[in-house]
This record gives sequence, structure tokens and C-alpha cells, in this order.
Amino acid sequence: MLLALVLVLGFQQASAQVDGKALFQANCASCHNPLKDATGPALKGVDGRVPNKEWLHKWVHNPSGVIASGDKYAVDLFNKWNKTQMTAFPQLSTDEIDAIISYVNSVEDKKAAPTGTSNAGDANANAGANSWIYTAITVLLLLAVWVMWRANKSLKRAAAEKVAVPTTKEVPFWRNKITITLLTIVVISFAGYWLVNGAVNLGRQTNYMPKQPIFYSHKVHAGINQINCLYCHSAAEKSRHAMIPSTNVCMNCHKQINQYTGAEEHPLVTAEGKTVNGTAEIQKLYEYAGWNTDKKDYNRDAAGNILAKSPEWVKIHNLPDHVYFNHSQHVAVGKIPCQQCHGNVEEMDEVYQMAPLSMGWCINCHRQTSVQFANNNYYQIYEKYHQEFKEGKRDKVTVEDIGGIECQKCHY
Amino acid sequence: MSEKQYWKGLEELHDTAAHKEVVDNEFADSKLPLADLSDSLLGATAPRRDFLKYLGFSTAAAIVASSCEMPVRKAITYGIRPENVVPGVPLYYASTYVDNGDAVPVLVKTRDGRPIKIEGNNRSALSMGATTARMQASVLSLYDVARLRGPRLNGKEGTFEAVDRTVSGNLGKGGTVLVTSTISSPTLLDAIGRFTAKTGARHIQWDPVSYSAMLAANEASYGRRAIPFYHFDRAATIVSLGADFLGTWLSPAIQAKQYGMGRKVSAKNPRMSRHYQVESLHTITGAAADRRATCRPSEMGAVAVALYNAVTSGAASNLSSPALNKLVSQAAADLKAGRGLVVCASDDVNVQNVVNAINNAVGANGTTIDWGTSNNTKKGNDADMVALLAQMKAGQVGTVIFHGVNPIYEWPNGKEFADALAKVPVRVSTADRLDETAQACNVLIPDHHWLESWGDAEPRSGYYSLIQPSIAPLFKTRSLGDTLLTWAAAGTSYEDLWKSYWMGRLGSQSNFDTALQDGFIEPGGARNQQSHATTAAAGMAAADTTGVPMVHTPAPAGLTSAPYSGNIGSAITAIGAAPVSKNPEFVVYEKVSIGHGGACSNNPWLQEMPDPITKATWDNYATLSPQRAKSLNAELTGINQVDPAKRVVSIKYNGVELRLPVVVVPGQHNDVVGIALGFGRDPKVGRASADLGKNAYPLRVWNGQALSRANAAATIETTSDKYDVAITQTHHSYEARPIIREYTLGEFAKDPMHLYKEREKELGHYAALPWEEHGGAEGHGNAGGHPSGPATEHAGATGAEAHSVQGVSGAVMAAAGAENLNASFGPNGTQQGGGELEQGFRENGTLYPNYVSPGIHWGMSIDLTACIGCGACVIGCQAENNISVVGKEHVKLAHEMHWMRIDRYFSGSPENPDTIQTVFQPMLCQHCDNAPCENVCPVAATPHSNEGINMMTYNRCIGTKYCANNCPYKVRHFNWMDWNEADCFEDNTYEDYRRDDMNDNLTRMVLNPDVTVRSRGVMEKCSFCVQRLQEAKLEAKREGHPMEDGAARTACQQACPTDAIVFGNVNDPKSAIYNLRRNGQRERMYYVLESLHTLPNINYLSKIRNTDVKIAGTAEDGLYQRHI
Repeated sequence: MLLALVLVLGFQQASAQVDGKALFQANCASCHNPLKDATGPALKGVDGRVPNKEWLHKWVHNPSGVIASGDKYAVDLFNKWNKTQMTAFPQLSTDEIDAIISYVNSVEDKKAAPTGTSNAGDANANAGANSWIYTAITVLLLLAVWVMWRANKSLKRAAAEKVAVPTTKEVPFWRNKITITLLTIVVISFAGYWLVNGAVNLGRQTNYMPKQPIFYSHKVHAGINQINCLYCHSAAEKSRHAMIPSTNVCMNCHKQINQYTGAEEHPLVTAEGKTVNGTAEIQKLYEYAGWNTDKKDYNRDAAGNILAKSPEWVKIHNLPDHVYFNHSQHVAVGKIPCQQCHGNVEEMDEVYQMAPLSMGWCINCHRQTSVQFANNNYYQIYEKYHQEFKEGKRDKVTVEDIGGIECQKCHY
Repeated sequence: MSEKQYWKGLEELHDTAAHKEVVDNEFADSKLPLADLSDSLLGATAPRRDFLKYLGFSTAAAIVASSCEMPVRKAITYGIRPENVVPGVPLYYASTYVDNGDAVPVLVKTRDGRPIKIEGNNRSALSMGATTARMQASVLSLYDVARLRGPRLNGKEGTFEAVDRTVSGNLGKGGTVLVTSTISSPTLLDAIGRFTAKTGARHIQWDPVSYSAMLAANEASYGRRAIPFYHFDRAATIVSLGADFLGTWLSPAIQAKQYGMGRKVSAKNPRMSRHYQVESLHTITGAAADRRATCRPSEMGAVAVALYNAVTSGAASNLSSPALNKLVSQAAADLKAGRGLVVCASDDVNVQNVVNAINNAVGANGTTIDWGTSNNTKKGNDADMVALLAQMKAGQVGTVIFHGVNPIYEWPNGKEFADALAKVPVRVSTADRLDETAQACNVLIPDHHWLESWGDAEPRSGYYSLIQPSIAPLFKTRSLGDTLLTWAAAGTSYEDLWKSYWMGRLGSQSNFDTALQDGFIEPGGARNQQSHATTAAAGMAAADTTGVPMVHTPAPAGLTSAPYSGNIGSAITAIGAAPVSKNPEFVVYEKVSIGHGGACSNNPWLQEMPDPITKATWDNYATLSPQRAKSLNAELTGINQVDPAKRVVSIKYNGVELRLPVVVVPGQHNDVVGIALGFGRDPKVGRASADLGKNAYPLRVWNGQALSRANAAATIETTSDKYDVAITQTHHSYEARPIIREYTLGEFAKDPMHLYKEREKELGHYAALPWEEHGGAEGHGNAGGHPSGPATEHAGATGAEAHSVQGVSGAVMAAAGAENLNASFGPNGTQQGGGELEQGFRENGTLYPNYVSPGIHWGMSIDLTACIGCGACVIGCQAENNISVVGKEHVKLAHEMHWMRIDRYFSGSPENPDTIQTVFQPMLCQHCDNAPCENVCPVAATPHSNEGINMMTYNRCIGTKYCANNCPYKVRHFNWMDWNEADCFEDNTYEDYRRDDMNDNLTRMVLNPDVTVRSRGVMEKCSFCVQRLQEAKLEAKREGHPMEDGAARTACQQACPTDAIVFGNVNDPKSAIYNLRRNGQRERMYYVLESLHTLPNINYLSKIRNTDVKIAGTAEDGLYQRHI
């Protein structure tokens, strides 16, 4: 009973936090970090800093209005942050703002958190060693069986010779027709398997992790700092391309953040094990973006255009030219989380290709995944399926049911 | 009716041995592109061993190549992304297509900053979304490799400063003349005004193809040197004297749209305009005509006079042929009934004057001709050019500036013009390429392409259309406006001038923004119906819904008349005095695809577009009637056109000799030779046009008032030479199967159900199987019509069951009329939007189970009455779907790749051009629900989609071509070569010089990134523009509502100026296609080769001709032969 109560309470608390966390990530995370100053100030304990709760609500709904009203705290804040104005969020209700605040207050500094997982790691290591021992014993036993069988056979033979029973001359096993046939079949099967597999994998790049012009860590941005994927890849909801952001999107935050301060809690290390200086990587961004760190302004040409150029990012997820893939179909319509195809990018310093991106992989998903049948009025036209739902003959409509595995859905 | 005998060419009519062979051997070895290999490889001493060597080597090479690492692909983003640009999402800009005065509002589709497609602007009341083939193709000219990359001074690359210094320094010395094609842009005229005011320069407007006679006659008749705005949509009777108003004359896009509105006929509204055509050549306008007769060009005046007399006094005419006399008397009677319209393309002022008098006499002014607004697309004056030539010869011109004109090429005597031009010290050209005149100029300041420009146009008075750039200028070019303003030291840029002009007129920034977004400023404002055209076409009675007045309805007010004050008497006298020639007469004409020349000459899409009538590509030629060709021994093997080698004839005039191959055109007057303009270009104009064909401009004659297109003084003689012309006529033969259904309007009005009954006779016994008539609901869905039974999938059959087909006999149906018939079908439960007949045949005509599309089922309808064969759809499809240009040699081998082709069928007697009637049938993949091609593919590369699309999967295709062999519609095309560098092998791209620019990196920018570029060895065909359908569906899904009718439009449908194509979801009872098939056009609807049970998703609507004359339709006239 007590346990149940604790669970229920804990669950309730967790659900409140999830709500605030989601809102924070969707709206605030691109400029704010709960613990550190970013484009905007660290938010943990913000409700204690500001004059009062109502002020905070007003501020979030209309910061420029508060500044314009001459509120001293607001004006000071504005000046302190280089006159960078916060985006207004009139759509957030006061409850939602409170949820966000309670979330940021609940965030703990991970550096302080104890780490206690080493024992489990040892256990795993022991398990690994044990399996090697078992293997060795098995091999030895098998060897012993074979030796005994040979000895037995030789003894039988010797016994037969002794009583002068005629025996056929033993054919060595490598000239035994059965062995040769079996061996040939095995070799051809293995070679065939290897060839077919190799051919099937031509052009596939699973685990492809190229070196990028800037060591951009998705773990730091999407993981530690909780920036929403769609903040940078904003076209994923509108276009066939998810779009790599242009440098001005980076600069929305990096005008303020000019050094990597998380090296202690999360050191940046390449796949080869080389340590990366995050601050130097940010400097590379400034080169591309045309940002002059001394002037704190962009370099511009005579006409006032920003002299920015794109880094030559190496494309990781490549589809052949004859494949049409549309991000918005999957993200906006199908409501598929990015991670389903791209893996846990928020845990990758350097992004690699998680999925095979093969046709079989696509088709399998289309066979299993349900479309947003009930939630999207577009699917009204499938009267037959609606009828079957009503009659209880059907519990889901997969992508396949609406033609999602036909050739010309992706090849045209 | 359908007993007519149709033939694509004389060889088919006479079924010659050579034709038989070609038809039987559609996939003959001789058509394989192995000619160059046969000697070296296949004919070698040990080809088998070589073959094995090559096989081994290529296998090894493929293994080595494939084991290499994958290429590293870079993703380059914008430095700073423009806010409204989302990579992968197309942006549409409203702009205006301009070419030589012609101006049509359009939308430009851009992808990632590149214009890739031109679409009509549906919201404009002027164009109503119409386009032409040349408009569709103009996007390719933007990426023309032959374009000049920057200004040039004395043959070397220069800077704008240097050329400005040179010209400004000379502007005062001697006279300055600015020669342009017709300009209707108010801002550009303002800039020109500032320039002429400042420098004292003179501005001459001149059109390469003359409208001077018409303008002069209007000045004499109405006191205004202007062309009024014609309303073909309001005309009940249209008489055209030689004017190809659907293809090339005046404003073809707008006129075709109007014409199409008057030709929407249905059983409920069996009325349409009546169109008479008198012409000497065979044009697409003549093909569309209800009645057609031919005459010599020199007799056109007599025809006009006869018509005038018949209209005014009822006098019988006495012309050279009975057909002409009959046509004139009938036309006169119809014209007198009201709402007539007569147009004429004659270059004789007197003839035009008589035409004005006829229009005045029949009350066309104010009814079908609007004098309140004028058509401003043609204002040129040939006399000004004659005067300029004399001045240049006399050394009185110091500076001459050419814009949009190319007189060294386009003047009758180019050499004379070039010699005179050499006497002018400063010669400026704004040509986009080193054309013939630009080569003779010392200052070149290339103008922007219209897709790179700011500007405006006023094609019709009060109807303004704005031009906005959809791409930054590709090269160092400068607009004429900027050039003139610089030289006039006006202190403003053309863009600023343009903006301040419109800000001033529109009053506010928001008005300006709206106008720019719409792309036009028109008196009625923007039309709101985006899909107006389709709705109208599919409506129960199109004419009623679109507000088009038809016969017997009063004309709406709103047009302005003008008092006619011409001297008709002297005009008639002058015409009577002019002798009708006895020699063959030579007529130069504009091809629908190439027009007057210009950039179109070097446009590979247009060069490869088959001419609507001759079906010839990549050449010009002398068109002759069959009899004239025979007399010149030009028919080669008697009556055989299968052989591409054509007899070359020599045409001589005024020291110029044109040696051209002969192409035989039935329906052309026997004493006329036609030669197309726009060929014989200088090699520097571009690869596609370099030295292709001969220049026909020198055959024009200055008649004192205009440059006449007809010439009676030239001579023609045969030679022993032959020359290959690539003609697509004999490709894809249907071997005379009955695929066209044609009725006269009278027949149709009397018995609209005739076609339906014929189909019923053939298919009706499938509608209800005898053993199922009273049976249960099991088995085929159609039988599930037990009145009290449970609702089945095909619930709609319940209603239909009440009277089975046997119950409702044809006679009863006809008597009951269409309404009763329609009422008898339930709203749901049938596919394809078809009724009981189609449904029964669909289900019972096969042993296989019927598949029901659960959501969407696409369908298309093509109206043969509305189709004018103009080819806009062919080029629209080519632009949308990255269709390859294959070049002349491969067109000869029947390897052309057009997904959409327009089959042209003649009927009538080839000996008598007046009997020839011509029908066009657009043919594309029919997307059969029971497709013969699908069953034979060994690798399942062409399966069927649940939406009714016959899919083609290129990456799966291994090129067996079984599907093409098994397609009864012959709409599949095989990639015999690597046309587009589409595969990973280097150096196997097909090159023939002329089409090679298509693979230039500049030209490739025109490719649609949503459509795969096909590689060698795969089959391809119409996809129903699946990329557009997917996009429309996705948009509806993103917005969370069912797809609306008209949201998905195919490229051909978009391009069609006459709304002949209707497309949509036949499962949607609100859709136009559904209503068309079940209600609006049920009587005219049929499927091609329906009895094969291919179940096409494209239906056709029968051709209706508004005539009571049945040509070649009966056994009596001897033309009804073995076919059909």
C-alpha cells in the first residue's frame, strides 16, 4: 500500500515535469539553459530573482511591452544582455509558464550527481570471461570425443587384421567423396552468402560517420542543451529536405555563446580518440558565418549583405537519385520521431548513419506502421476502412493499406 | 459518324508495301541504333570471342568499380537563408511571358532558385491560364548555352562603362534610330520616351511577321492604327480567311482559350460556334474548322469580296472552286444571323479593308469585336523599316539600336540590309545571342531573359501584366530600359522607374504588392476560381456556367463598336484589278513550334516537337499537296511516305536559291508551296539551329504597304537530290482500328445516345450476366442488387438493378433523354465514375477478380472537339517530366521520347484538298486497370497502383521491352541511348552536336528535381505526373483535409489552352471527372480500344463538327474503303 502510494505520487510528479520539460524544449531551449547562461540567462531559480510571478508571466507574454513600460528590472535585464530582446510567447498560458519554471527548478546539476555504475560493468566483464571458458571446455571435450572415436576405430581395425578378416583400405578423409561433396557445398554456400550479402550491401552506408568541417556535437546541442531538432532542421515539417541550417541560425545562439564551457562534464572526443577544443570549433563557425568577434557584428559587403558562407558539410544519409523521400510526409503527417530513422542523435557527438536506409528497411516499416487514420481528415476518403473499423473487422490501417509499398510512391 | 476512314498519311490510306512492312515490323532490327557498330564489332571476324572478352572485361570492371568507396556527397547550405525559401519547396512567381510583342500572364515555378516550369495564370481574365508550346519551352531558352555572357564592344568582351562611353559619345552625331519589335510595356515606352526626348532619337516598331496591312486598313476604316480585341468566345460564327488564330496569328494562347470556350458541346447543350476556314496551307486552325476550303493566296481578296457581296447583297459568288462558293454562301448566311466574326491574315490592305467592311455589315463591331480596347501585341510598321533602309543607305543614320528584331535575318534581302547597316557608325544590338544582326553590330548589350527582368506589358488596353524576375540575371546582361535611361542620363534605374510608375498608379504599397502577387492588373480584378477551367469543362452545360453566350442567346453588352468609314468601293476595285496568279504560289508561314524564329529556333524542345500537321521535326521543308508533289516527281515511290528520304526541290527567287526537301501535306491547295520561317540560322545562334533548314524570309515581297508572305514570282523545280526528314507520322500505327469517334453536330443533336448505344451493343451483355440477374449477392459485386438485400460494397448497383440493360432498350433510352438516364444511376458504388455499362464490363468481362480502389482513383478525360492539336501539352509534359531530346537521327528511328504525342488523322480524298478533314488525338499512357504491359514484365517493373496508375519503376526495369510490344496504345518509350549522362558510366552519352547542349551544366538547371532522369536501357512512359499528385496529396494531408478537386493537375492539363483535358479523382462524387463521366458527357464518352478489356483510366469525348457535310463518311463518295 505504501509502495503503491509512493509510486502514484512519483508518477504524478514525473508527469508534471514531463509537461514542463516538453514545453521548455519546444519553446525555450534554443536560447536558455536551466543551469547556464546561454543566449539568455540560466533559468533555474528565475522565479526567485524576478520581482514576482505576475511580472514573469507578463514578461514571457510580451517582453518588449514590459521594457517599454520602463520597468526597472526589465530595462536592467535588457541592458545586461546586450540589448538582445527575448522572443514573446503570448501563446503560453500562465499554467504552462509555471510548469516550465517548476521544471527548470527541478533540474539537478549532473556534475554533483554521484556515479555508481562500475559494479555492474565488472559483472558484465566477468560474464564475458566465463563464456570464453565454457567455449574452451566444449572444444576440448569435442576434441577428446574425436580422438577416442579414432582410437576406437584403429583398435577395431587392428583387431580385425589379427583375426585376418579382410578389410577395405581406409580412404583418407580428404579424399573421401562425401567429404569433398560436403566441403564443396559448404564453400559454395559460404561464398554465395558472402557474395550476395556483399552485393546487397553495395551502396549502403550503415555506420557511416564522416569527418565534418566543424566538430559539431549533436549530443551537446540536442542532448545536453535540449534544443529541439526542428529548431535547426525546420524544413523537416514542410519540405522533402530536413535542411541543414544556414549559419545565421547557429548565430542566433552563438552570438552569445562563444566558448565551450562543458569540457569538464562532457569532453569532446573524436572517434579516433582525439580531444577537440569546443571553443576552437565555435571560432570556425564564426569564420564561416562572417562574424567578427571583436566588433561583435557581421562582416558585410558594400551593399550590407552579410559575408557568410556555408561549411561543406558531408552528407551522411544518402539515398540513390531514383528514390523520392519526403521528410514532411513522415514528420508532419506520419508523426514519426526523428530518432526512429536517425537513431539517438542526441547522444551522438559525431552523427553516424544508424539505419541501413535500404528498401527492405523502408518497406518493413511501411508494412507495420499505422497511419494517423483517425486524427487526420484526409483519410476520410477511405470509406471502406472506416466501415471496417466500425464493424470491428480492422484495428489499424497501415501505410501498406493505403498503397505505401507501391513502387511509384517513392520511385518516379 | 464513325464510319469515316481515317489515315495518318498517304501510305496508310493506300496501305503501301513499305508501310505494311513498317507496321508489321514495329521493332525491326533496322531501328536498332547499331548501325555504327555493325561493321566494326558485329561484322568483325571473331565477334563471338570478342563478345566474350568484352563480357568478361565489363564484368570485372563492374566488380572493381562497385568495390570502390561510395562517393562523398557534400551538403552546401545557404550562407544566410532567405526567409521564404525552403529547400525542396517550389515557389511560384506571377510574371509575364513576352516574345515579340506577344505577352501572356504566367506563373513561374522555381525550385531552389531556378525557374523550371511555366504555367498559365488561371486568375487572369485575359489569358484564363492559357499557354502555348512556345511559352512552355521558353524556360529552356533561359538556360541556352548560346546566350551572350556580357556586353561586347567591337567583337571583344567589354564593360557596361565602356559601351556606354562609346554610344553616348556618338549619340549626337547623325540621326539615332531605335528599332524594336512591338512594345506594349507602359514603363518601357516611358523610358524610350525619355531617351528619344533627350537624344532626339526616332523609335520604330517593326514585327518580323507583318501585321502592317491590317493596321493600315484599320486606320483607313476606323481612323485608328490599332488592332481591336477579338472575342472568339462570343462569336457564333467565325470566318477566318487564312488566319491561323489558334496556332500563330496575333495572340494564339488567348484566342485558343476563347475559341475553346465556344466549343464545349454536350448532349444537354448541343450548341457550339461554327467555324469556317479558307486557307491555302493546312494549319491547325483549318483542322479545327467545321468547314474548310482552300484557295490560292492571290485569290483570298476575291473570296473576301465574294463574302462581302454575299453578306450585303446576297449575290452568288463565282470563285475558282465549287467548295469555295458553297462555303461563302453558307458563311454569309450564318454571319447574317448575328454574332459573326471575320478575321483575315492577308498582307493586302484592300483585302483587310473588305474584311472590316464585312465585320461592319454583319454587326461584329461591338458584338464580337471590341473597339473599346485594342490588342497591343502587334503595332509594327513595315514602311518605317523601308524608310530606315533608305536612310541608312544614304548615310543619314549615326546610331542604330536593335531590340527584339534581327533584320539581317528577317528582312527579305538581308544582304542589302547588312550593306546599308555597314554605313552606320554605331550599331547596337540587345540580342541575347550572337544572331545574324548582332554579328554586324559593334556594340552588344544583351538584354535579360524575361525570367530575369522587371517590367510590365499591356497586351490588351487596360489589361496590364507585370513581369517580375524569378532568378537573378545569369550573365552580365542589362535591360533595354536601363540602357536607354543610362544614355538619357535619366538618373533612375529602370526598376525604380517601373516601381514608381506602378506605385503612382496603384496608390499604395499593399495594392502594389497584391498586383505583383497576382501578376496582373485587370479591370475586373482577379478571377477567384482557381480551377475555373476544369469546373467549367465538366459542368452540365459548359457554355451556361461560363457565361459564354452561344447561338440563340442574346449578346451581353460591354463591347464597344466603332464607326466604319472605309472606302469599300476602291478596295473592291483594286482587288478585282489584281490578277489571280497562274503560277505556283509560295507562302512563308510560322510553325506552331518555332514561330518567327528568334530564340525558339535554338530550342531543342521546340525543334523536336512534331509539327501538328506534317509531324516533321528538326527541319523546314517545302510542303506540297500530293498532286503537286507527284507532278514534281517528288513523291519518290509513288505514294509512300515511310522512307525518310525526301526529294529535294530548288526554289529560286531574286537570286536566292532554297533547296528544300518536299513534305506532302494533304489538304493544302494544289498550287501552293509552304515554307516555314525560323530556319537556316547562323551557326552562332546556337547548336540546335546551326545551318538547319533554309531561311524563308527572302521569299517575302514588299507590296508597297506590307511585307507579303505570299510570293507568286518564285520558281520551283525538282532536283535529283534526296534529303532525310525525321517525320513521326508513321510511328505508333494503330493500323486503322476505330479509335476516333466523330459526329456532325446535327447527328449528335438528333441522337446523342448513338455512341452510347454502339458501346452498349458491344459491351452491354456483360452489364448483367443472365445467371446472376435474379441471383444472390455473392460473386461479382455488380450482382449484389437484391432490392431488399444487405448493402454491399457496390451499393449503387441496387438502384440500377431496377431496370437491367435489357429492360431499357436503346430506343427507350433515347426517348427518355439523358436526364432520365442519369437519374437512374445511384450516386455511389461504381468505379471510374462510369455507370452500369462500364461497371458490368469491368467486372464480368474478365475471369479475374475486380480490384476496388479504396481511396483515390485517378482518371482523365480528353475532349477531341476541344483539342486543337497545338502541342502545348507535349512541351508542358516534356518540361515537367525531364523528357529527353533524342535528336533527328533517332526520331527517324522512331525513338522519340515524348510521353504525350498528338496523333493527327486525315480523312477525305487526298486529291481534293477541300475534302480533307483533320482530327487530332492526344495519346499517352492510358493507365489501364487491366494493363497488358503489366502482365508481361518479367521483373515486375510496371505494376498497378491502388489509385489506378500504371506505374513504371525505372530502377527495376531491365529493358526487355516486352511491355512496349504488348501495349495496344503504343505509348511506351525505350531509352536506347544515355541521353542525359544519367548513368555512372563515362563517355557513353549520346552526342549528335545539335542536342548536346541539353547536357550542359547550364541547361541541366531546367531539370525538375522531383523526377528521375532516366538512364539508358529502361522503359518510360506517362506517369500521370505522379509527382504532382503526390505533392497535392501531401499538402492535403499536412493540412488535414480531404484533397479538393483541382488540387492535383497534370502538366498537360495545366498547359492545355482549350481545357480539353479534365483530370481528377473519379471516386469523388464532387469531382469534375466524376460528373463528366456520369452526367455531363456520358453520351460522348468512350474509351480507345475498349473491347480489349484493358479498362483505360483515360476516356475520350467524341469529336463533334458543326457541319452537315459528311466528308468521306459514306460508301457513295468512293472514299469509304476497307477500313472500319
